[in-house]
Formats: sequence, structure tokens, C-alpha cells
Amino acid sequence: MVGLISALIMVPLVGALALFTAPARNARPIALSFNALAALDALVLWQHFDIRAAGLQLVEQHTWIPAIGAEYLVGIDGLSLLLVLLTSLIIPFAFLAQKMDRGFCALMLIMQSALYGTFTAQNFVLWFLFYEMSLIPAFLLIKIWGGENRDRAATKFFLYTFLGSVAMLLGFLGIYLARGSFDFVTLARLGKNGLLTGNLAWLAFAGIFLGLAVKVPLFPFHTWLPDAYESAPTGVAMVLTGALSKMGVYGFVRLLLPLFPNETRIIGPWLLALAICSIVFAPLAAWAQSDLKRMVAYLSVNHLGYCMLGLFAVAASPIGAAIDTQAALSGVFMQIFNHGITAAALFYLVGLLEQRRGLRGIGDFGGLMQRTPLLCGWMSVAMFSSLGLPGLNGFIGEFLIFKGSFAIAASFTTLAVIGLLVTAIVFMRAMQALFSGPLAENCSAFPDLLPREKVTIIPVTLLMFAIGVAPQFAFNIFNTTVVQMAQLFG
Amino acid sequence: MSRWILDHLWLIPAVPFAVSLVILSLPNGRHKSAAVLAVAGQIAALVMSFFAFLPTLETPGFRFVQNFTWFTFGDHALRLGWLVDPLAAVMLMMITLVGLCIFVFSTGYMAGDKNFVRFFAYLSFFSGAMLGLVISNSLLLLFICWELVGLASYLLIGFWMGRPSAAAAAKKAFVTTRIGDLGFFLGLLWLYGRSGTLLFYDGGDGCLEKAGLTMLGASATFIALLIFCGAMGKSGQFPLHVWLPDAMEGPTPVSALIHAATMVAAGVFLVARAYPIFSLGAINGVTPSLMVVVWIGVITALMAALIAIAQADIKRILAYSTISQLGLMMVSLGVGGVAAGMMHLLAHGFFKALLFLGAGSVIHGCHGEQDIRKMGGLRWLMPITFSTYAIGMMTLSGVPLFFSGGWTKEEIQHVTAHWPASRLPYYILLIGVVLTALYMTRQIIYVFFGDRRVASQHAHESPRVMTMPLIALAICAILFSIVLTPAWPWLHDYLTGTAAGVELVRLIQPTLFLSLVLVGAGFALGIWMYRKAGVQDRQRPADTDPLELAQSQLFRFLENKMWIDELYARTIIAFSWMSARLSDWMDRHFWDRLVRGFGGIGQLLGIFTAGIDERGINAGVDETTVGTRGLGRLISAAHSGQIQTYLSVIAIGALALLLFYAWLA
Amino acid sequence: MTPTLQLFLVISAALFSIGLLAALSRRHAIFILIGIEMMLAAANLNFVAFWRFGPQTQPPIGVMIAIFSIAIAAAEAAVGLALVIAVYRHYRTTNVDHLNQLKG
Repeated sequence: MVGLISALIMVPLVGALALFTAPARNARPIALSFNALAALDALVLWQHFDIRAAGLQLVEQHTWIPAIGAEYLVGIDGLSLLLVLLTSLIIPFAFLAQKMDRGFCALMLIMQSALYGTFTAQNFVLWFLFYEMSLIPAFLLIKIWGGENRDRAATKFFLYTFLGSVAMLLGFLGIYLARGSFDFVTLARLGKNGLLTGNLAWLAFAGIFLGLAVKVPLFPFHTWLPDAYESAPTGVAMVLTGALSKMGVYGFVRLLLPLFPNETRIIGPWLLALAICSIVFAPLAAWAQSDLKRMVAYLSVNHLGYCMLGLFAVAASPIGAAIDTQAALSGVFMQIFNHGITAAALFYLVGLLEQRRGLRGIGDFGGLMQRTPLLCGWMSVAMFSSLGLPGLNGFIGEFLIFKGSFAIAASFTTLAVIGLLVTAIVFMRAMQALFSGPLAENCSAFPDLLPREKVTIIPVTLLMFAIGVAPQFAFNIFNTTVVQMAQLFG
Repeated sequence: MSRWILDHLWLIPAVPFAVSLVILSLPNGRHKSAAVLAVAGQIAALVMSFFAFLPTLETPGFRFVQNFTWFTFGDHALRLGWLVDPLAAVMLMMITLVGLCIFVFSTGYMAGDKNFVRFFAYLSFFSGAMLGLVISNSLLLLFICWELVGLASYLLIGFWMGRPSAAAAAKKAFVTTRIGDLGFFLGLLWLYGRSGTLLFYDGGDGCLEKAGLTMLGASATFIALLIFCGAMGKSGQFPLHVWLPDAMEGPTPVSALIHAATMVAAGVFLVARAYPIFSLGAINGVTPSLMVVVWIGVITALMAALIAIAQADIKRILAYSTISQLGLMMVSLGVGGVAAGMMHLLAHGFFKALLFLGAGSVIHGCHGEQDIRKMGGLRWLMPITFSTYAIGMMTLSGVPLFFSGGWTKEEIQHVTAHWPASRLPYYILLIGVVLTALYMTRQIIYVFFGDRRVASQHAHESPRVMTMPLIALAICAILFSIVLTPAWPWLHDYLTGTAAGVELVRLIQPTLFLSLVLVGAGFALGIWMYRKAGVQDRQRPADTDPLELAQSQLFRFLENKMWIDELYARTIIAFSWMSARLSDWMDRHFWDRLVRGFGGIGQLLGIFTAGIDERGINAGVDETTVGTRGLGRLISAAHSGQIQTYLSVIAIGALALLLFYAWLA
Repeated sequence: MTPTLQLFLVISAALFSIGLLAALSRRHAIFILIGIEMMLAAANLNFVAFWRFGPQTQPPIGVMIAIFSIAIAAAEAAVGLALVIAVYRHYRTTNVDHLNQLKG
């Protein structure tokens, strides 16, 4: 079934064009139907994916610009498939989160296409094209449809990520000039024995690291994130945290760590320290927020920090036992997916509160449990999932990350536990303020979950339970890839 | 039947879980179906537990293990398992029995609550998680259930969410226990890393079996201490005990089931379960980790007993007594008396549930009043509650011979007295015995004796549905002593898997006599101190506490729980909050600026290049443009629009050409 | 006096000069046209003269070109006059000094 991946990338783009052939009021249903098509494509992809085969699958390769080593090369391994599935899940979820006009829908679809492209492209030029392509819709969506301070937030978001991208591009140009290839697989093979030498290696490493660190974001390059997420409309915030932030993590797994194993190893402790800062300081800052969206945004930094912890631990260890490396990598992949759905659900639920109240300060609500028990119940599930309660999805990823990284880098992992504690405090504080106490006066007319909201949130929550209780189906997607990568890093 | 249950052990926790889900999906008004479902689920769990318990009676040291793969990551399988051994089986029996009584009691106690349905859903959820905890054969599965009981506890403490104090208490409980849990989590990771498995027993490969233990080496002490952190949080050991008294904000059946009988004992159970790790490399029965367990237990037991003396809330007194008793159990485990500790745990489960339900009955009868100084004279108004409460009080105080608590305490004192490391814990425990008798006497005098006061004017006996569980638990508390006596130490042998034989000689040993004397002393002291407290003006609460009259400073110190809450609020909490604010501030003003500052280098470069642009390239281009424009203007002047001028120019040009050619030629 | 090439060339040059003078000095558009026609006539005369005194084997190219040129001149005069009339109708003058719209 060659062409499935190209179809996946094309479907949303076609959808974006198709929106303009129909009346504007039909935009969202049309966009959703194209989402369904893409999701179907992703499912077919999953079905055709051989979970036992190592390496890239369903590869499509065409020459593009031979002069600069650019070619159209797409293919998936377990990680790519996982992220494709995540994207297929998050985007419709975001579409259901709010009303949007035609331009909004079109930009979202373009972003979807860019995400698919990023997660499947196996050549740097193509990858970078998609990577940047996601940036512009995100920028416009924040800039045009955002809340207050949207101009500042959008500009900050764009500048940070764009400067990061430029640095990364320069890094890659350096690699290309030295080794003459943009192909990920080739480069990863070369990377095992040192891709570059001397200062050039460090410069290229720094450039690529910067680009990815901003995207993830990793402390201290995260300051654009609270502003951007706070100003972004609900649906956009969901995609930003649910799918877009995964591009950075994906980049670390796919590019930085395989290409620069030696460099990563040398400054591994420093990278781990940055990850720990993400894990510890972000939830502390979240604790001090009064805006719910900002709070969730900071916790996003924290959760991605766990991913970074796992990855850096794997990369920084000269000799990790296979089980630990695999645990950390599996945990990171699991965490990528879990954080995607959980954080998106949290933003969705905060969005529901905001729609009802018009405000989203933590002090603007109170006693909601008496008025909207269902909303509170589902929101609690999402929060408990986010703080890593066993039985829900968050625990699986965090447990494996901690298992892997504790065995490799015990002291750092011990510090990271503080993050788990503070996250719990943050959510406990939020739940106390929102759900309990006497019913706040201006909340007394709130409707509970409407049927369409139930239809949106319940499947996602059930998925959280499913992964939390019986996660094997999710592990099957990437187990082979994990084994392969563990050999690469080991 | 037993075989079938053993093969399907997962059903024991699964049934209450399923019941909880079903109840949760019921509409809010279906009180009766919720109650019936929950009680039926609990009965089912009890029956299944009983059948799982039976085979452990047949063979000493029986152990049934059933492991399964939870999931595979990479090419490694993560395995969990279920386990029935005497330790798990007695816990199963105790939890389901006490649980059933409390479920029944709750149907009466919570009858008027509008969230009745939700309450039973939570209660069933708790029951499932707790049952899962005791039969898990994997530290990870145990941790999972551990967290889930924590969740149930959180939900139930904050059950009356409309009350800000309840919500605050729930938050405090969750966060405080989570501090301990994270230590536990680290210990678990460490253990996993060292031994490569988290299964307790796995046909010789488990982490509690010889091969697994030898792999731990010197790290065993740290692993044990980290695991003990979890136990400290859950079992309310100093310094993580602060949540437990506040947890009394929850409905009283919750306090009885979760915060007295079962969940808080999970910490003790955990230490008992992981005992091989604690005692690894013991010299003469003493290891550093066990030493810590003992001293934490001693501190907790004494501190909580002291605080209990000065409390006025009927449930808080019991809460501190719970903490104190848990400390006692820890001491017992620490000095090597695992069986003694577990026996006390089981006995405590019965009598503390009894006391709490009795307190609930009192509160119910006094229309929600919890202050013992406003009660009084209830012994005639609530005879069943009074007599069962008295049994509970005797048992807790450790009156020997007829009450289970007396035997188990005697057992603990016996093992503590023989601890080789120090005699001090033993002496402190003896002080604890006196204190326990004292504060229980105080409580019972205030509540049941003397004249009626404000809250007890219109008190009434609780309905049958509430008194029946009291009677059942009281019978359990007494009958349980049959299997505890040194004359027939069946439970001890059962738990240790050995036939220790009858030690009739212990019946006449000084420890037994001593504890009898001390309990009596405690009672006497209590009666003497509080003899006047009962007789007071009818309309006013009891006057100043006699202890307050005698030692007002000391009383205030104890009444305010030794100011530990305040200490934490001023230090740890304030520090955390400060760092939160600092992080936020740093984020807004420092990191952002720093990153932008690096961006500023780029900006400077930009200004520099912009200068070159402005002054050099741009100016040059400008000059060229101006020149071109001037030239154009100059040339355009020649275009006069006069056709004849053009013509003449052409003519002159032609002439000039002509002349040029002529010259050339 | 036998007609020689020089004679024709002198006449032609005179004719051209008179035409040029007329085109440059008159202010009336029609006179300018007439001057231009005279210059054309001078050119035609040259064609014929060069043909007549050239090698005799040549076909009568000079005459042909002259006739061709006269035809074009006629057409040109027609267009020119029409323009003059149109200009006159628009500006009420044919004085070329006033017609300076093309001034740069």
C-alpha cells in the first residue's frame, strides 16, 4: 500500500482547499470529515504496519532536488506511527473544542498536514519544510483568533521558534557540507562513529539542540510557552500542547541523539540538569499561577521534562543495561502519547469552564461539584491522569521513565521526584479551589456537560483508562522500534 | 471452590471495583439500589476472601502465587501477580468483615445525605483497592493499589465538598501521603533496578526470595528506608502524621473504615510484607532500617498519645489514638515481632472500627456535635452504643484477659522488652499504656457519664442498622482474643508458619502483670482527674479541663498538637510557596530576559548591520537614484515639444554626419 | 547643355534644401507638410537620376522606387492632412508653436 503516507499528508491539505468551495458555515463539518478521512488513513496505516519488523516501513521515495540532496522520502517506524495516531486523535478533538470559522479550520488543517509530514519525513529538507510549515498556521491562529495579549504572544512564539529553527537549519547545513547527506538513516549510521569533528560538531550540535529545545520546550527556553498557550484559543492550545510540542521531542529522538551520541554523552549531566529544572521549576511556577490555562501550560513543560529526562539519561549513559534503556525509551514514547491526550483534555476542560464563565482565573470559580458534578468528575480524571495516578495513562509512562533513568542517573531522577510532588500540589490546589467550598454566585447558572461535550470527552477519557489498565496495545506499536533504538544508543 | 477462587484471585478486588462503577453510573436518587449493591459486593468479597482464607488453614506456611504479564516494553515483560499467604489472608478477612459492618452502618448513618449514591461508590472503590493491596504479589501492583486507596481516601475525606475545611483536609491528606509515596516510589525503582523484578515471590526469583535479596547488598538499607517513607505517610507516622487527624473531616464511617481500621494499617502491612528487605543482614535481629522503624514508631506512639489527652473532638481523640497504636505496631515490627504487630493490626482493625462507629453513633445521636465537652450522660440514653463503646475502650486500653487488644499489646511489650538494641522503647511503650488508658477514660467520662450538657439534651439511640454493626464488632473484638492468648497462640503460629508451641509460662510473667497494673493506673488516674468533669451546669459546656487547670502551658502545647502544623506552615509550606513564587518571578523576569538577552546579541548585530545598510548601501543606492533623476530632468529639457526644433536637430545631425563622412573621405 | 548627373543632384539638393527650409521656418502645419513633400520629391529625383546614369543593364529599379515612394507620399499626405484637420478642430489652430503637448 504505497501512497498511504502521502495520502495522509495530502488529505488535510485538500480539505483546507475544499473548505473554500462550500459555504462558510459548513466549514467545521467539512473539516471534521476530512479529519475522519485522515484518521481512517492512519488506522489503515496502523493495520499495514508490521509491529515485528525493524526499521522504516511503507517507505515512499522520489527524487526532488538532487543538487542539494533533498528527496521526498517518507516512511514510518513505531515512533512515527505513534505520533501519527496521536495527531489523528488530537486534531479532531481540537476541532470539537470550540466554534471556528473557515479560515481557522483551514489553518488547522494545514497544521495537521504539517504534523503528519514532520512525523513521517525521513529526509532533513523535507522534514524541515514540514516542521516550519506548522509554525505559520500556529502563528496566525494565535495572532488572529487569540485572547488578550495575542499580538505579543504570537510574536514571541514565532520569534522563539523561528530563531530556533534557523539555528537548526544552520546546524544541518554544516552537517550536509561535511557529510553530503540529509538522509536521517544514513546520518544516524554515520553518527555512531562521530558525524563531525572538532568545533564544527559542537556548533552543529548547539544549533540543532537550540532549535529542538525551544520547540519542546526545555528549560530555560520555555518562556514563550505560557504566553502562547494562554493567548491561544482552546483548540489551538490543544494542538500546540498535544501534537506540536511533540515535534521537539520527536526531533530529539530522531535527530539529535542518534546524530550526536558523543556530544550528548559529554554534556549529558548538563542536559539532565536542564531537564530537572524543567521538571522542578515549571510546576512550581504553575503553583503560583492564577490563570488556569497558564497553569496547565506550565505543567506541560513539566511533563515534557520527564520525556527529556528519560532521553538524556539514555543518551548520557555510556553503558546502560538494555532493560533500563528500553524502559526509559518506552516510557518516553508512552509519555509523549499520554501527555498529548491528557494535556489536550485539560485544555479542553479549561476551555469549557471559560466558555461558561467568560473568565478562567482559579479564583473565579468555586463549589462546582454541587452544580456540575459530571464536568468536575471528568476534569478530575484528566487531572489525576496528569499527576500520574496509577490506573490512568500518565502513570505508565512516568513509571517507565523513572525506572529507566533511576537505574542510569539515580541522583537526577531523585530530584525529579520533587516534580511529581509539586504537580500533585498544583492539581490539589486547583481542585480545591474549583470544585469544593460553597458554590460561587456567578457559577450558579452553569450547565453541566452538554451531550456534545460528553461525546467529545468521554472517548478520550476512556482511552486514558484503557492505557492505564491494559497498555499492551500501545506498547505493541513501538516495542520493536524501542529495541532497535536501544541498540543504537547502547 | 477454594481452588477456583485462588485461580481467580483478581475477582476479589474486581468485584467491589465493578460494583463501584455500576453505582457511579446510577442516577443520584437511587439510594436503595446503591446500598444494596454495595453491601452485596462486600458480602461477595467476604465470601471469596473466606474461600481464599480456607486453604491457608490447612498447611502451615501456605503460599499461593499467581503471576501474569501486565505489559511488555521493549523486549522485557513487566510482571505482576496475586498472592495468598497467611498475612494476606488474615488481612482479607479483617478488611471484608470490618468493611461489611461499616457498609451496613453507613446505610443508616448516611441515610439523609443527598450524595448517598456517590458515597457508596467511593466506599466500594476503596474496598476494591484495599483488597487488591493486600493480595498483590508485586511491589508495583501494591503501589498501584496503594495510590488508589489514597485516592479513595482523598475523595472520602473531601466528601462533603461544600465545607472548605473538608476540602482542605482532603488536599492535605493527599499531598502529605504523596510525600511518603514518592519515597516509596524511589525505593521501588531502586529495588527494581537492583533485583530486576518487583514480584515478591516468583518460584525463587522474587525480590523477597533468597536470590533476589542477595542481589540487593548494601542498598537494602536505603531501599527499606525509602519504602518505609511510604509506610510513614500512609500510617500517619511522625513527621507525616499531620494529615490523619484532619482526615476526620470525612464522614465517620470513612474515618472508621479507612482512617482507623484498614488503609492506615496498610503502612504496617507494607513493612510486614517487605520485612525480608528490612531485616536483610540483621545482626541479632537489628538492622539500621529496623532501628529507624522502631524509633519513628516510639516517637509517634508517645507523641500521639500525649496529644490525644488534650483534644476535645471525639473523633480527633480517636484519630490520635490510631496514630499512637500504629506507632506501637511499627515498634513491634521494628523489634522483630512481625506476628505481634500484625496481630495488633488485626485486633486494632476491629476495636478501632468499633470505637469510630460508636463515635459516629454518638455524633448521630447528638445531631452532628463532635465536641466531647458538650456531651455527657449518654450512658442511659444510648445504652447499646455505650456498652459497645466501653468494650472498645477496654480493648484499646489493653485490659488483659478478655479483650483482644490486651493480648496483642502484651505480645508487643514482650517482644519489645527483649529487643537487644535498647530498653528505652519498652519503657516508652509502658508510658503509652498509661496514657492510652488515661485519655480513653477522659473521653468516656465526658461523653457517657455525668450530667447531660448542651448537645446531649435530646440525644437518642441510633437505629438498629447502626447498632447491629457495633454489636458485631464488639463481639469480634472480644472473641478475637481466643486465637491470641499465649495459652493457644494460634494466630501467632499461623502468621509465622511455625508451631511455636504453648507458652503457658507467659501467663504468669511480670510483663502481663505489669501491663495490668499500668492499665489500672491509667484508669484510676483518669477517674481521679476527671471525676468532677461530669458534673457541671446543664446548659454550658464543661469547664476548663482539669489538666489545663493544673498545667495550662502543657495543655495548650498538647491541645495545639505540639504546634507541628504551625511549624510546617511556617517552614516547609512557606518555603515551598516562596519557591513557587520565585519560580514564577524568575520565569517572568529573569529567564525570559536572559533568553531574550541572548536574542539581544542578535539584536545588536542587527543594529550594526542596519547601520551599514543605512549609511553604506542604502545611501549609495539613494545617490545613484538622485543622479539618474537629475540627468533625466536635464535631458527632458531638450524635449521642447516643438516639432520644428526636433526637425532642425535632425537636420543639423544629418549635416554633421555628412560633414563627418566628407572628412573621413 | 547635356543633362549630367551632377545637374540632377544639384537640383535635387536645392529642392531638398527649399523643402527643409519650408518645414523649419513655416509655422503653419500644412506648409510644413508641403516642405516634407518637397524633400521627398528631392529624394525621388535622386533615385531616378542615379538609375538613369547608372549601369544600363539594370532594370528600372529607380523609377519603380520613385513611383512606390510617390504612392506612399500621397497616402502620407492624406493622413497628415487629416491629422492637421483633426488638430485644427481640437485646438482651433494649426500653428505648431502652440502644439507642444509632447514637451518633456
